[in-house]
Amino acid sequence: MGAKATRDSFGEVVRELGAENSSVVVLDADLSVSTKSALFAKAFPERFFQMGIAEANMIGTAAGLSFSGFVPFCCSFGCFLTGKYETIRVSVGYSRANVKLVGTHAGLGTGEDGYTQMGLEDLNLMRGLPGMVVLNPCDDKTTRAAVRFAVQHTGPVYLRLTRQKLPDLHSSESDFKMGKGIVLKTGKDIALIGTGSTVSEALKAAEGLASHQPWVVDMHTIKPIDGALLKTLSDSCRLIVTIEDHNVVGGLGTAVAESLAENGFSGKLLRLGVQDTYGESGLPHELYDKYGFSSQKIVSRVKEILK
Amino acid sequence: MSDLAPLRKSATELAALALECRRDILVMLEKAQSGHPGGSLSAIDLITTLFFHEMRMNPQDALWADRDRFVLSKGHGVPALYAVLAKRGAIESSVLGTLRKINSQLQGHPDRVLLPFVEASTGSLGQGLSIAQGIALALKLQKKNSRVFCLMGDGETQEGQVWETAMSAPKFKLNNLVAIVDCNNGQIDGHVKDVMDLEPVVEKWKAFRWAVQEIDGHSFPAIISALEKARAEIERPTLIIARTTKGKGVSFMENQIGWHGVAPNPDELQKALGDLGRSGK
Repeated sequence: MGAKATRDSFGEVVRELGAENSSVVVLDADLSVSTKSALFAKAFPERFFQMGIAEANMIGTAAGLSFSGFVPFCCSFGCFLTGKYETIRVSVGYSRANVKLVGTHAGLGTGEDGYTQMGLEDLNLMRGLPGMVVLNPCDDKTTRAAVRFAVQHTGPVYLRLTRQKLPDLHSSESDFKMGKGIVLKTGKDIALIGTGSTVSEALKAAEGLASHQPWVVDMHTIKPIDGALLKTLSDSCRLIVTIEDHNVVGGLGTAVAESLAENGFSGKLLRLGVQDTYGESGLPHELYDKYGFSSQKIVSRVKEILK
Repeated sequence: MSDLAPLRKSATELAALALECRRDILVMLEKAQSGHPGGSLSAIDLITTLFFHEMRMNPQDALWADRDRFVLSKGHGVPALYAVLAKRGAIESSVLGTLRKINSQLQGHPDRVLLPFVEASTGSLGQGLSIAQGIALALKLQKKNSRVFCLMGDGETQEGQVWETAMSAPKFKLNNLVAIVDCNNGQIDGHVKDVMDLEPVVEKWKAFRWAVQEIDGHSFPAIISALEKARAEIERPTLIIARTTKGKGVSFMENQIGWHGVAPNPDELQKALGDLGRSGK
């Protein structure tokens, strides 16, 4: 099984798209080596805009490019990009700008650099904007598909990517359909819903919880959330667990909670992730364990509830 | 396509048009009973000159590919833009009466989705120049010779994002970008120099490598001449510091901070229209 950081998949596919579609342009704010937009910059220098360390100007400029028919990808770390919320809110969201925001360095998985470099509130912020599609793919194939979707889709998209390598979980790009969670394991009593880097944690945890016949779901689209799949899960399960490398406030857990509550789910919901606190330095697997959503911690938390 | 060329109206003609637009602005605001007269009246001579002298546009086709673009970054001055668009035949004059009313295309601040002649949705200050830069970059990529004009308020340039664009537009050699700062010296909380002094503003923009001009923003010959000079730039973006008077043309509004965001009542409207050489009805 291969493994790759989703930012690497992005860099490669956006370069491919650059060759296929002359409308694709890319902007970066002095992080092109880290976001991997540098691959596009090298191949298509005339369609790459180095904006310097000035994200708000980058976002507004991307909006202007989109108004004239280009499809701009605006790249930075997720925290720095979504930190310019007011510019995104008006120049992109309210303006219905066809801008693709690419936020890398998702969550605690960012690792040793610590909290200030971690996108831990980005899903929450982007989910709050009407019309914004919010994507958080878990591996190479689905990231490639998500980037291709973003180009085809008219309207703003937020794409969340990881610094750390993630194992290949999907065999085909066609597994990805925007707004449709992917069932990796069909189950019975409980459901483990991951997004991005936590999908592989959920899969591993499912092995330790095999006696409970867990569903395992890759919820790559946070907005619009897949209400139909959640209804299926709520009809089947007495415990639904969401797992995210993001604050549990406003991200996957919140999106799932809203949908389940509206559909009358009578079981229990457990939201694993960063529990409304800030992050810190460490290795990704150490942090996932400390913050309670490594595969082992998922297993122990679920067993505790079900005993 | 010659009918879509810039109208090149003379200074005398522009003065007459701007006077009519001033009246329309005040009538609109009185009807809306909210809005921003001060900054609309300071900007109207600049906007009138852009639409009636300088810019290529097709009043029948907001999205005509070869049009010049106007981004009103100081979105609160939008009554001035609506008045000029109506005068230019781009929108119906009758729609002006719907300003700020529910279900109107004429939102309190410009909305590009509801009104296609609006190039950018603004009102959150400091964002328009970035958008204008993006449009200018796009036009260069498309090898079009259309140009982009962006009007900011002086108080607006206190926003940091403006200076990010001040830094980047010269790097991209956007000689097709003309930014104008409507320096009316006023903002909501007081005089600009007291709230957050911008001077020396000419030197600041020069230091950022723009082609800077400083003009009287109510002198039509000066505005025409500045725009003509901007056309001749081969590499640099142009920044025009337009010295203006807040509330220009209405005696009791001129230089009065209190008229930044307050609409006239019916009596005040009549008095204002009297100042502008005509009774209201």
